[in-house]
Amino acid sequence: MPFPYRTGFTQFLRGASKVKKVFTRPMSLKDTPFHYCPGCGHSIIHRLVAEVIDELGIREKTIGVPPAGCAVLAYNYFDVDMAEAPHGRAAAVATGIKRVLPDKLVFTYQGDGDIAAIGTAETIHAANRGERITAVFVNNAVYGMTGGQMAPTTITGQVTTTSPGGRVPLRDGYPLDLSEMLGIAAGSVYIERTSVTTPKGIMKTRKALKKAFMVQMEDKGFALVEILSPCPTNWKMSPAQAVRWVDEVMTKTFPLKVIKDVA
Amino acid sequence: MAGKVLMRGTHVLGEAAIRAGCRAYFGYPITPQNELPEYMAAAFAKMEGAVFLQAESELASINMVMGASIAGARVMTSSSSPGISLKQEGISYLAAMELPAVIVNMMRGGPGLGNIAPSQGDYFQATKGGGHGDYRVIVLAPAYGQEIADMTRAAFDMADKYRTPVMILGDGMMGQMMEPVVFPEPLDPASFPKKDFVLDGCQGRPSRIVRSLWLDTNLEEELNWRLVRKYEIITEEIPDEEIYLADDAEVIVVAYGTAARIAKGGVHRAREAGQKIGLFRPKTLWPFPYEPLKRLSRKIRHMVVFEMSTGQMVEDVRLAVEGRCDVSFYGRPGGVVATPEEIARVLSGVYRRLDHGRGAAAESGHTFRSVGSA
Amino acid sequence: MLLKIIFSGFGGQGVLMMGYVLAVAGMKEDKHVTFLPAYGAEVRGGTANCTVVVSDNEIASPIASSPEYVVAMNYPSMIKYLNMVKSGGTMFLNSDLISEKPAREDLKTVSVPANSLAHEMGNDRALNMIMLGAVNAVAGIVSEKALAEAVETVLEGKKKTLIDTNQQALVKGSKYMCSGCGS
Repeated sequence: MPFPYRTGFTQFLRGASKVKKVFTRPMSLKDTPFHYCPGCGHSIIHRLVAEVIDELGIREKTIGVPPAGCAVLAYNYFDVDMAEAPHGRAAAVATGIKRVLPDKLVFTYQGDGDIAAIGTAETIHAANRGERITAVFVNNAVYGMTGGQMAPTTITGQVTTTSPGGRVPLRDGYPLDLSEMLGIAAGSVYIERTSVTTPKGIMKTRKALKKAFMVQMEDKGFALVEILSPCPTNWKMSPAQAVRWVDEVMTKTFPLKVIKDVA
Repeated sequence: MAGKVLMRGTHVLGEAAIRAGCRAYFGYPITPQNELPEYMAAAFAKMEGAVFLQAESELASINMVMGASIAGARVMTSSSSPGISLKQEGISYLAAMELPAVIVNMMRGGPGLGNIAPSQGDYFQATKGGGHGDYRVIVLAPAYGQEIADMTRAAFDMADKYRTPVMILGDGMMGQMMEPVVFPEPLDPASFPKKDFVLDGCQGRPSRIVRSLWLDTNLEEELNWRLVRKYEIITEEIPDEEIYLADDAEVIVVAYGTAARIAKGGVHRAREAGQKIGLFRPKTLWPFPYEPLKRLSRKIRHMVVFEMSTGQMVEDVRLAVEGRCDVSFYGRPGGVVATPEEIARVLSGVYRRLDHGRGAAAESGHTFRSVGSA
Repeated sequence: MLLKIIFSGFGGQGVLMMGYVLAVAGMKEDKHVTFLPAYGAEVRGGTANCTVVVSDNEIASPIASSPEYVVAMNYPSMIKYLNMVKSGGTMFLNSDLISEKPAREDLKTVSVPANSLAHEMGNDRALNMIMLGAVNAVAGIVSEKALAEAVETVLEGKKKTLIDTNQQALVKGSKYMCSGCGS
């Protein structure tokens, strides 16, 4: 049953010929509601990636490679060709695609466990080869889909289901600065860490993503955007608390900055 | 014969792959198959648009194969036993995603690091799945240089036809050995029909997904049954075998690959001694040629399975025979290569124990364990 | 005919090429041939060997557990293969590097001073083809023509002078045997 005001609203739109459409679903997103939890950063980041693809006009030449993790279902949302990768292997799958189709654009979309734990080797070597791919690295300091276990980027002292007393570096290892490590690799061209917790941060992330795709379009080398993203569900916080935790706590371990830019 | 060249097995495989239209290769060094990636690297360096990449690991290389297959290329990787273990993850995904790819295993002694000598210890891994989940991989087992060339061409055609990974199962010696080979005419990849699953950007068509995750159990079940229906067609269409001197044989030796060549040498020697012994050589290990072996088992009195392992294919032989004749096993694992004389001794021993009106039949299920015990 | 020959020596003596040329020559005569080089860890440390099988019929095993012929280009090779040679078989010895005779009564021994003969030719590296020429003169495995053609095939794309030198070396080895020197 339609909302009571719908007819009137439609008539209003029809009548208002001077009204300009300023906000709509990007072409590169399917008309499917996101399944992500309230307050999760994935929906925002999906939208940003899609907007950038639209803006650059590359929807029909882009192939996305989602990970295993919460974003495994990204292919249900992105309306571009999508190839699912085994856990951690996105950079290798993307390499295979890009090498065969060098004139297409290939991006990976990976969580912290995917890219910085099980897929570290694939990622570092793809970066070091200067593989012409764009990596979107969503860092929420926890294994989300499997239920909140400790991630490579879980910060010191952070409580997770597998670090119940908080992460102890000499037992559990230190949080891994993957982006900084990738910055050392000679083949990486552009690496930036941003967040999606404020409007300003969101706009910065959009800009960074655009640049990371342009680096690939200009055939320069490996580009990666690490995006700090809230996970209220597994952090056991409200969405508002989670946003504050990113800004006040997480950024101390993972400072927002351009890590490398030789584009 | 015109066009005959003397080449080592790994190079034959590489050249045959290129002639089959393979234009992408990903791999990681491991003995004894390094001459294959080296051949591909040298050849592809001179071919525009061909992709050779030495990956950081076998894991990475099989996933690059996945990517290249998704992008539509005829793609190959190769390794030897320990490296093939690492590739199993990707092979399971390739099977689930129904992606064509050719995987070469030049088997070496195992388990563990084992050694670099020829072995057949990976039969189970190759034919019974290898990775996780309910799937099969087509497994071709060449025994001669010419067969390496012919089966490599067939492997790429089958991979595309059935949209499934195909494994060429050789061994270290086969890879190193040179034999005369005549190659088929090269195919032009540009002439291949466009594959309808390829991801190359959704220009002028709806976007596509290549995936193996089906959270809906009904859909996952449907995928599994779809694979089974495909495997039934494959099982119908491609089983292949060599049957040699079996018409009057009372004893048959069953062996594949290098072991089959040696077994054939053993058969010749036994025949010279007037013993009615023949050979059954599966050329496809999956699907296994159960039917022809079953037919043989009705008139054969005893089958000896010879493998360069502790006994793996013997289980498929027993499944085919279903107790219709005696089956015994002779194996040389660990990289040891038996001699034709040795196999002849084993076969003659079995033959002499047959009940030719003067003794009891050989015991079924017997395994000749110790070296030269037969 | 089914003949199995092992060639063995130091790395750098051209041992693999001896086997390769013989195998190609066999192929040119439409015989069944296999050429199996030792590989991997076995060849680290400077030794090299290969096995060639030439046959009128399909070849079962490319491995020689009791070869008809062993060609030993250095002393360790003679020791390594001494017990393997088939009874009544022949050992070819590079007598410049091997002064002892093998301690087996049931073998024929052919000594060829391959290094000296190569030096005489003014090409120290031709010792392998000299030895191969000598081996084939005694064993008669393939025709001299096939062997000369095989050198051309194996060295295809290389300098004409290199091909000539190697072909001359084959002839020199063969002539050495025919002059009755090798015994």
